[in-house]
Amino acid sequence: MKNIWTICRKELKSYFASPIAWLLLAMFATIFGFFFWNAVGYFVSVSMQSTMFGRSFPMDVNEMIIRPLLMNTSVIGLFLIPLISMRLFAEEKRQGTIELLMTSPVRDMEVILGKWLAALILYACLLGISLLDMAFLFAYGRPDWRPMLVGYAGLILQAGGLLAIGTFISTTTRNQIIAGAVTFGACLLLWVFEWVAGYETATWATVMGYMSVVRHFEPFSKGVIDSKDAVYFLSLIFLGLFLTSRSLESLRWRA
Amino acid sequence: MIKVENLTKRYDRNIAVNDISFEVSKGQIVGFLGPNGAGKTTTMRILTCFMPPTSGRASVAGFDVLEQPLEVKKRIGYLPESPPLYPEMEVHEYLAFVGRLKGIPSADLPRRVAEVSERCAISDVSKKLISKLSKGYRQRVGLAQAILHNPDVLILDEPTAGLDPKQIHETRQLIRSLAGEHTIILSTHILPEVEQTCDHVIIISKGRIVAQDTVENLTSRLRGQEAVLVEVAGAGAGEIRGALSAVPGVARVQEKGSRNGLHAFEVESEPGRNVRAELARKVVESGWALHELRPVAMSLEEVFLELTASEKAEAAAAKGGRQ
Repeated sequence: MKNIWTICRKELKSYFASPIAWLLLAMFATIFGFFFWNAVGYFVSVSMQSTMFGRSFPMDVNEMIIRPLLMNTSVIGLFLIPLISMRLFAEEKRQGTIELLMTSPVRDMEVILGKWLAALILYACLLGISLLDMAFLFAYGRPDWRPMLVGYAGLILQAGGLLAIGTFISTTTRNQIIAGAVTFGACLLLWVFEWVAGYETATWATVMGYMSVVRHFEPFSKGVIDSKDAVYFLSLIFLGLFLTSRSLESLRWRA
Repeated sequence: MIKVENLTKRYDRNIAVNDISFEVSKGQIVGFLGPNGAGKTTTMRILTCFMPPTSGRASVAGFDVLEQPLEVKKRIGYLPESPPLYPEMEVHEYLAFVGRLKGIPSADLPRRVAEVSERCAISDVSKKLISKLSKGYRQRVGLAQAILHNPDVLILDEPTAGLDPKQIHETRQLIRSLAGEHTIILSTHILPEVEQTCDHVIIISKGRIVAQDTVENLTSRLRGQEAVLVEVAGAGAGEIRGALSAVPGVARVQEKGSRNGLHAFEVESEPGRNVRAELARKVVESGWALHELRPVAMSLEEVFLELTASEKAEAAAAKGGRQ
């Protein structure tokens, strides 16, 4: 446990010592800020219209702002996650510091968990920025915070799964760019798989639909925790971390 | 302290380490000597539990590298060929991280880091970013990292590679000063390094151990086949050479140049024979003037070349025999 924290701290320090963390924070703040501005602008214009026509639609902030925003964030995550996970092991391999980690009295799994956790914490920091925007909704309206909380939990779960996959991919190369590109491809596939399920009803299409990240995130954005979605993300995390540990093991044999 | 039995490491096609066995007792400094690609790094990586052997056993302080890697790792300090440094960290930060990784209690950590920095002469750069350090400093930070948790065994892979002569000298001094408390294995392809720093040598070539002994023994073992420098005046070089070659027990005569009618030769005798007296007699009987006659010690460099070359010759002979 102590070792996991040691690795995690070092990893976080590296993120924030290099421009990568700040760049990601800035990018996320800008993109999320735009989506927020867009969603609120739309909401305002719709509510103005409905007042003008004298119809009193029940305008729901949760349904009209928070939920689409969370869905957008989930998609932004698909783009940013490769940038977070790509360096985890590729950089250690390039620098040769992997030899230090693997000859220190720590278990492989402790190294993996430490790194994965650090990546997840960085992602959580990104999400933290979005809370600043969300705070305005609470300042000027009365949205329900519970579905939003569930939505954020879903985002963290989703990131956990994709980061685990990214961590695995990062162990397979010493080139960060390659790790990032392949992870991006994997994230993108896990997103678009769902499209097939839209028109095709064969078993393979259903299975592909089940594999889609977006489909499993959607209930979270509505504030619904379905055990099958939680299980999906947890299995993704386990699969990713398991593959990572296998990959490190094989690195030892091949090295 | 370190025990290696029939260790073999095989990659896809080639064998990096082929059935080597050796033992290192506590407090010794052992030099691993061999040309590049001889299997030094592979052996070290197996000992540090970085990679498992294909077959054979290796143990450090009584713990098997395959069965109890964590125990082995606790007792080993390892400096890989390129020091494993994080360029974005400051030196003290890096050492603190390694210390925590090696399980040094946090109460002792600042003291240990300070001690080791002092010892490796890196205290003056402790607040600097590692990326800003010169090669010599990096190497010393790497060494500091290896001795930080005061391990029983130190494994240093080419610790002086790429340093300038002054830094090489300092690093060797530092390694020597560590000798008493630690058992040290260091690899190198530079011979003087072994002569200056090590008690024992293991010469390794193409994955096999060709010789292992103390530095003195190894040098004298090959000196059993003695080389003598003879300087003679009074005749042509060819004539003298012929006469010297004819002396019984002489294996080889090599001209070492002539000046002012004085001809120098290096005469190698067959193993175990002292031909100095006969050489002198021969020269005097021929009516020439004997100016100098002295034994030449074979430097470890020659021993090394000799051993690895004879292995090559053997291999060639074996190949020829088979065809």
